[in-house]
Amino acid sequence: MTYLDHAATTPMVPEALAAMTAELGRVGNPSSLHGSGRAARRVVEESRETIAAALGCRPGEVVFTGGGTDADNVALKGLYWARHREDPARRRILISAVEHHAVLDPAAWLAQQQGAVLEVLPVDSLGRLRPETLRAAIEADPASVALISVMWANNEVGTVQPIAELAAVAREFEIPLHSDAVQAIGALPVDFAASGVSAMSLTGHKLGGPLGIGALVLARGTVPVPLLHGGGQERDVHSGTLDTPSIAGFAAAVEAAVRNLDAHAATLHALRSELVAGVLAAVPDARYNGDPDDRLPGIAHFSFAGCEGDSLLMLLDARGIECSTGSACSAGVARPSHVLIAMGHDEASARSSLRFSLGHSSTESDVAQLLEALPPVVERARRAGEIAAARHNRS
Amino acid sequence: MRVLAAMSGGVDSAVAAARAVEAGHELTGVHLALAEAPDSLKGKGCCTPEDARDARRVADVLDIPFYVWDLAEQFRVDVIDNFVAEYAAGRTPNPCLRCNESIKFAAVLDRAIGLGFDAVCTGHYARLVDGPSGRELHRAVDPDKDQSYVLGVLDADQVAHALFPLGGSVKTEVRAEAAARGLTVAAKPDSHDICFIPDGDTAGFLQARLGERPGSFVDTSGAVLGAHSGAYGFTVGQRRGLRIGTPAPDGRPRYVLDVSVVDNRVTVGPAEALEVAGLTADRPRWCGPAPAGTFECRVQVRAHGEAVPAAVTAIPEGLQVAFSEPVRGVAPGQAAVLYDGTRVLGSATIAATV
Ligand SMILES: Cc1ncc(COP(=O)(O)O)c(C=O)c1O
Repeated sequence: MTYLDHAATTPMVPEALAAMTAELGRVGNPSSLHGSGRAARRVVEESRETIAAALGCRPGEVVFTGGGTDADNVALKGLYWARHREDPARRRILISAVEHHAVLDPAAWLAQQQGAVLEVLPVDSLGRLRPETLRAAIEADPASVALISVMWANNEVGTVQPIAELAAVAREFEIPLHSDAVQAIGALPVDFAASGVSAMSLTGHKLGGPLGIGALVLARGTVPVPLLHGGGQERDVHSGTLDTPSIAGFAAAVEAAVRNLDAHAATLHALRSELVAGVLAAVPDARYNGDPDDRLPGIAHFSFAGCEGDSLLMLLDARGIECSTGSACSAGVARPSHVLIAMGHDEASARSSLRFSLGHSSTESDVAQLLEALPPVVERARRAGEIAAARHNRS
Repeated sequence: MRVLAAMSGGVDSAVAAARAVEAGHELTGVHLALAEAPDSLKGKGCCTPEDARDARRVADVLDIPFYVWDLAEQFRVDVIDNFVAEYAAGRTPNPCLRCNESIKFAAVLDRAIGLGFDAVCTGHYARLVDGPSGRELHRAVDPDKDQSYVLGVLDADQVAHALFPLGGSVKTEVRAEAAARGLTVAAKPDSHDICFIPDGDTAGFLQARLGERPGSFVDTSGAVLGAHSGAYGFTVGQRRGLRIGTPAPDGRPRYVLDVSVVDNRVTVGPAEALEVAGLTADRPRWCGPAPAGTFECRVQVRAHGEAVPAAVTAIPEGLQVAFSEPVRGVAPGQAAVLYDGTRVLGSATIAATV
């Protein structure tokens, strides 16, 4: 089996596994006042400090959540409600056109159900939101902007956003900017304080930690209305008994990811260069998508003209090679990626795409396996596409 | 063989796939997403996200790869739009047949072959028999479930690439087998007749698309008997739901004898006036070499009808069928499927009665 889908989820690193399993057998609610509770609380708070140190924020700015989707929803809905409550004129939500559904969908929901006005800002052909685009959108009516959300790095094509510049624009107008950094942590240097963003999402399972745990980092003074009401944990922003074992594993993974960042990124970069060169040599008309330079080191994304991404995926899967057409969709019905459409691809091109993503367990042999399997697979998928096109023209 | 199993999420396609795996084939499951805006909350009809989940669960139990293929647009054009257009033209289409002809054993089969599969497996109740001149399509052993009629549109090549593992079983066996195999869909109710009209209100479905087209009911002499809101909503042989207004003078039930969308007239009359001696049909499809001249066989003119003896003549435009005895309820747009015993010879679309 050749696993080339680390952007979907990546295996846990040994540090995280050890930290998590050490806690799994222990009892103690971190909110309890007795000894067991205090012991659990200590693990949670030390984890929070570890994460804060790794990300350049204060421990008090880290709010644990059930993962990236959870963090994004708290940021979008919670900050929209808070800002709108402060000033009902604030109705506009500005997001980039390449956001993950965990941002796109809560924003669309706020527009449909809560009277927000959603503005999806266009990106260039590399998938980048230009700071001047953001500025122009704000300047149309600065007082009406409730919040801005722009991801740190894209999960499909890997393009990195000019986040510090975007944050500087937002700051000028004193509008909070949230950034989904789920794919960035552990792959790029991320310093929360230096970046100037007001809120940032991350998740454990994309960086070698456990599934179902993540965090929303909230700069001081950025206080969302909670989605979950209950015991008042996490500064009232995210009620619910804290998951001590997952938090311990998450912190260990964040710490390891940031500590190993340079070496890890260099390894991935080298492997990816090999993969990209190999794919372009084997399939000369393949189109390499995203920013060629300013991108996540582990993601390579291609369009294969004349092929259905679905067919490629299936044929590769049958040969033991696991990759993705972009972001996993629970219903399983492939829709052309909104990210590629936003980058200017037509529907057919958007449907013809595959993402190969590398991670800490990837090897040269993974790349070699892919390069061996790919040419006949592309040829087959292309033939299947031609048959379908011929039928379409007949009917 | 490398086999692509179409898995609807129902019990039949689940057991069909399980049997194909057991027969030693290398299986891949696909669920065909045919509804453009699936309504998961209603949970009715087919191709809902719930059906896709059920199909996926079965594939997991069988330990085979599983994918969802989005054929919604093609289904809308080839099956739904065609269904509406046929009614609008005064004919009575059979959408299941059309789906087999243009989706399952065309779009899906083509793509499967292109991707390197050898056959498409479905949960249809029909039998495939290797005969002297190639693969033959036969009726299923369960007369209540037999679906050879809606497969009658397949040509020899399509039949050669089909796999119907259920043709030799009755439905109760299939359900019991699903339960014994631990398939979670064992108790799932049977699917509806027309999957894209889950509430069964075909008249309402058509009216929403074709609008009101008021017209008259007339008798065979042309006398106006009442008003209707669109001739397209009626089918030759129909008795229920006519609401003619004036009762028949002799008090006997009246049937639709003819639907004319050109002048929007629906002709009604007594049951015996439904009797026809024969029909002409076009778009012939043969499951084997095309016959020439005139030959004797049995002809079935609707999904749940009986096959009756007839003399069939192949003509350039299609077929002429002369029934041995008069037949009632022959509706243009339906298929005339030709049988030799249990074997399907071919089919054509009924154009007119004579
Ligand atoms: C950019 C991005 N945001 C959010 C998510 C969702 O995170 P989670 O799976 O932890 O809910 C993902 C992962 O699918 C992602 O790639």
